[in-house]
Amino acid sequence: MRPALIVARRELAAYFATPVATVFIVIFLVLAGALTFTLGNFFGRGQADLIPFFSFVPWLFLFLVPALTMRLWAEERRLGTIELLLTLPLPQWQAVLGKFLAAWAFCGIALALTFPLWITVNILGSPDNGVILSGYVGCLLVAGAYLALGAAVSALTRNQVIAFVLAVALCFIFAAAGSPVVTEFLDTRLPVLAEIARSLSVAERFGGFTRGIIAVRDLIYFASFIGFFLFVNAVVLDHRKAD
Amino acid sequence: MAALIEIERLTKRFAGFTAVDDVSFSVERGEVLGFLGPNGAGKSTTMRMLAGFMPPTFGTARICGADVVDQPVAAKRHLGFLPEGAPTYPEMTVTGFLAFTGRIRGFRGSELADRTAHAMALTQLEGVRLQPIETLSKGFKRRVGLAQALLHDPPVLVLDEPTDGLDPNQKHEVRDLIRRMAPEKAIVISTHILEEVGAVCTRAIIIARGKVVVDAPPSVLEEQGSTLDEVFRRLTLGQEAA
Repeated sequence: MRPALIVARRELAAYFATPVATVFIVIFLVLAGALTFTLGNFFGRGQADLIPFFSFVPWLFLFLVPALTMRLWAEERRLGTIELLLTLPLPQWQAVLGKFLAAWAFCGIALALTFPLWITVNILGSPDNGVILSGYVGCLLVAGAYLALGAAVSALTRNQVIAFVLAVALCFIFAAAGSPVVTEFLDTRLPVLAEIARSLSVAERFGGFTRGIIAVRDLIYFASFIGFFLFVNAVVLDHRKAD
Repeated sequence: MAALIEIERLTKRFAGFTAVDDVSFSVERGEVLGFLGPNGAGKSTTMRMLAGFMPPTFGTARICGADVVDQPVAAKRHLGFLPEGAPTYPEMTVTGFLAFTGRIRGFRGSELADRTAHAMALTQLEGVRLQPIETLSKGFKRRVGLAQALLHDPPVLVLDEPTDGLDPNQKHEVRDLIRRMAPEKAIVISTHILEEVGAVCTRAIIIARGKVVVDAPPSVLEEQGSTLDEVFRRLTLGQEAA
């Protein structure tokens, strides 16, 4: 684990050494706040919870996380540092894990900075803070799933635009798979697929967390989702190091 | 004792062409091997395979007895590698960058600080230790890459164009450094500066179109023509005409 943590520490510092961190965090906070108070009708609902906020986070991540991951391997290729990193004595999966952990920690920091919302609901009413915490855990897991997927895509191509568009599209498939539009369509035609779509959907799993339910099977879902795409990332990297 | 670097029948094919074709050689302790060839001859590809970055299509490479494909971490521990173009992370400071590679190599605390300081002293980087690498000149960047390769005092050094972009004084210093380290190490340097071969190498391999065309001490090469330059041109151009 140690080499992975060393890589993660370097990566995280690199985010903050460039404007990437500031731009990402500011845009995330502005959009999250604006959507919660306008479309989410935070005040008008008259309820002390963060449901309006949580309902927008996966959709924000859908665009912001691929922006974070698109440069993950492409940048190493552009600078040639991939050759340096992968000839240091660390197993390749540790480099993959390290990069993922750094990006995940970064998303965690961005999420943590939404704390004024949490303070606001606690001043205005007495929300169930357990439910709010579980909602945040859910957000972090959604971010992790998108990150793992986006990182694997970025290992696939050295073109950052392609990496971004492809990652958004793939994340969207997993986000929308459980939505009524998709499942109702499948229900009438291929009920088997509807069930599969529902169980693969990131949004469906996330719903439980926002209601305060941390189910073991949902945790297993996210863990295997992340694990699978990190594995894909390592395999892809092994085959396409030099291009 | 077995050679520190052993390369057997190393071959790399890309779609449509063979970049490295059946290359075999070994390098023992105390040898400085100059790896010569025109651009695109397969020098960097061979070095990348030796460093464990690119898997060979065929053949094997071993560093201190460890196969670079089967035991990659063990092989890389014994290796100091300067990749082509000396890539570094531009936003990091010189100390930060060297400490990062040192930590990955398992050094901590005062040993890490000592090794970082020593590597910077060897490559004359103390003056810029706290500067971000992106603000440095090309010669300094190259030396940061070199310092990274020397940090852990490895028995095997593979340096892809170590003096490219350096001014004449810096070139002289790097060659001095290589000569001083030579007795304890097996060193491979690639270059297309022929005078360098005469200056530091105990042996030269000329590679053209992925194949080894000459493997001899520089003095023997010089005997074949009036200058190394002429020998190089004859060997590598002759290959292309054939």
